Amino acid sequence: MYTLLLCWRYLRTRWIALASVISVTLGVATMIVVNAVMAGFAHEMQSRIHGILSDLVFESHSLSGFQDPDWHMEEIRRAAGDDVEGMTPTVAVPAMLNFHVRGQWVTRQVMLIGIDEKTHAAVSDFGRYLQHPDNRSQLSFDLREGGYDTIDSQTKGETQVATRPALEGAGWPHRRMRVERERLWRERQAQERGTEQAGGGSGDGGSQSSGADSSGPVRPVDHQVDAVLAATNNAPAPEEALAPTAEAHPPTAPVDPFKAAKPEEGRTMDMAKEQFTGIVPGIGLASFRDASGVDRFLVLPGDDVKITFPTAATPPKAVTDTFTIVDFYESKMSEYDSNFVFVPIGQLERMRGMIDPQTGVGSVNSIQIRLRPGADLDAVRDRLRSAFPPDMYAVSSWKDKQGPLLSAVDMEMAVLNILLFMIVAVAGFGILAIFFMIVVEKTRDIGILKSLGASSAGIAGIFLGYGLFLGLLGAGAGLALGLGITWNINRIRVLVEWCTGERVFDPSIYYFFRIPTIVDPATIAWIIAGAVGIAVAASVLPALRAARLHPVEALRHD
Amino acid sequence: MIDTSRMEAPLLEVRGIHKAYRSGGGMLEVLRGVDFECPPSGFVAVIGQSGSGKSTLLHLMGLLDSPDGGEVLLGGERIDNLPASRRDRLRNTDIGMVFQAYHLLPELNALENVLAPLLVRHGVGAWFRHRKEARRRAEELLCRFGLSARLHHKPRQLSGGEMQRVAIARALVARPRLLLADEPTGNLDEASGAGILDALCELNRDDGLSIVLVTHDQSIARRADRIVRLVSGRVEGL
Repeated sequence: MYTLLLCWRYLRTRWIALASVISVTLGVATMIVVNAVMAGFAHEMQSRIHGILSDLVFESHSLSGFQDPDWHMEEIRRAAGDDVEGMTPTVAVPAMLNFHVRGQWVTRQVMLIGIDEKTHAAVSDFGRYLQHPDNRSQLSFDLREGGYDTIDSQTKGETQVATRPALEGAGWPHRRMRVERERLWRERQAQERGTEQAGGGSGDGGSQSSGADSSGPVRPVDHQVDAVLAATNNAPAPEEALAPTAEAHPPTAPVDPFKAAKPEEGRTMDMAKEQFTGIVPGIGLASFRDASGVDRFLVLPGDDVKITFPTAATPPKAVTDTFTIVDFYESKMSEYDSNFVFVPIGQLERMRGMIDPQTGVGSVNSIQIRLRPGADLDAVRDRLRSAFPPDMYAVSSWKDKQGPLLSAVDMEMAVLNILLFMIVAVAGFGILAIFFMIVVEKTRDIGILKSLGASSAGIAGIFLGYGLFLGLLGAGAGLALGLGITWNINRIRVLVEWCTGERVFDPSIYYFFRIPTIVDPATIAWIIAGAVGIAVAASVLPALRAARLHPVEALRHD
Repeated sequence: MIDTSRMEAPLLEVRGIHKAYRSGGGMLEVLRGVDFECPPSGFVAVIGQSGSGKSTLLHLMGLLDSPDGGEVLLGGERIDNLPASRRDRLRNTDIGMVFQAYHLLPELNALENVLAPLLVRHGVGAWFRHRKEARRRAEELLCRFGLSARLHHKPRQLSGGEMQRVAIARALVARPRLLLADEPTGNLDEASGAGILDALCELNRDDGLSIVLVTHDQSIARRADRIVRLVSGRVEGL
């Protein structure tokens, strides 16, 4: 009993010891905050990666893919059993995306992914990342009559997010307006031509369309205009019609715009009412975020773009076709958002010549598989791996695909935790030093207690208990502080930004609008246990010293 | 020098005790074969100059230290070679000690200081069972020594005489068989010292408590039933 009483009294009367505990408090608080934020980031990243990738990806090694996805899906279902919840075939090819912004062509290297809009949303969170509410529930590659979100749907009611006014009129209204503007521009050009009667490049390239002949290279801007004005074929063209209709690459095959303007099938497309094959590019391809966090769009849903991609032939030939943007895809992983372009899988198969002309059976690159919740990812993957010849097919989980990234984050967390734990360990040495001083100070009291019959174990118990109390106190205060910071971290961020005038957390870099945090009770339990353990361990030596004091000498001590 | 005629079984007996301390390079022999005994309800004063070994003798009797040779017996049983836990127990239950410098615990108030031996004896559970009774006993003792108004004062708020009376109350709270007092009046002025001495005599006379008192002061020693004189580690007969 005296052990407890004296611990308590020492705790209340020795404020200096509390000073040593402050470092424990700070260490614990820092660890809690850092772990929560790191876990938040890691979780956010994982859920994003996982949201884009399905649980398992079954793919062929070759770019031309494998035939008959339905048969493969059946085989997969047979091999994996009931663990499979959903499957969808995809075709992925590297491609180039070209679009026209303010008199310049922008070319982006992209991954063109053919998806089945009916089933794709079932295997990943793909649908969640679209900008039109209807597309989120069921994707359609038909252009929508407006109604795109001007507020990012993934921000969960955060008010301070910059809106996207540009998306207000996106869709058919934007398309009609653009067609009208181009018509007016053409009329003006025609007038100017009538008065000026001059050919040749006047810099903006607009006059090219008048006197252009096959003598000079056709300026890219003409292609854009011409494509818009005189698109000759419906987008779902038969594969052999593909190459001639789509404008070939400007340097390789200059095309007479007038020739292109002639409708091949005897019909001019009404640009204001019709669209090309719909595509959903990543939002990073079409926009950039400026320093104030506002998204600036280069193209909008309703605009047309050109995509150049290889056919499935050997050797592959590059073909180009025109597509209409129908929505944007925003997973908040810039790696994906600035790389992926989604098209309907049927169109892509046709354009690339991946459909067997005899049987009409298509080929695909890969099959995305979603497993039922709770299924063992690696086990199913290994089962599939053994069921299919590995020299033809690769089966990987989403974790395999992002393995280096995920393990880098884990590694980072581990190293940070070790470093931070060192801080707490340093605090332990502070406790050790202060405890030695307290033992020296209390030498006479120790002698008195021994003369009253206290055992050595009891004396050691006083100081161990004292260390335990201090550790608990420090860790408890650290817990409170850490959780307080974690739960208010975004408010603190705003405050710090206001004080320093610097952006601490730039949403244009991270794609998050707020710092994500996850408080994991197990982690906190470990941190607390570690901190208390260190405090107790630091008091072991002083406690032993106190226990070993000779009562007579202790009593004589002044 | 041993008065065998007066009593048959001494409460405390010390036989041929030797004790040496390492000091500097060599050994300093403090006690060189001391024989000593205290009868039940006896009041024995040990008198000697500074450095004569009287405090060391007291520490050996109080089991704070172990002799190099000889033995200490309490109630006819040898106690100096008991295991540490038994010795701790004996110190707690059978022996009360009073020191020259009071040796109160500064963090505890007068009442808690008096209760300290009982706190040491009982674990948490047992303490809560015995708390009421222990408190009553401690308050009773403090009142008896005229400290009823000082129960909740910390030692630093008490005078020397008051502190020593608290220390005596603490020594008695566990109802020991033997009280060892090491210069209990050494730090006190004459009046307070006399008060302490009167209290000790009264305890010996009224309660039959056995007291061994160590002092260098002849006049104090005279209050005891018997006086043992220590000179350079040996008992000198009277």
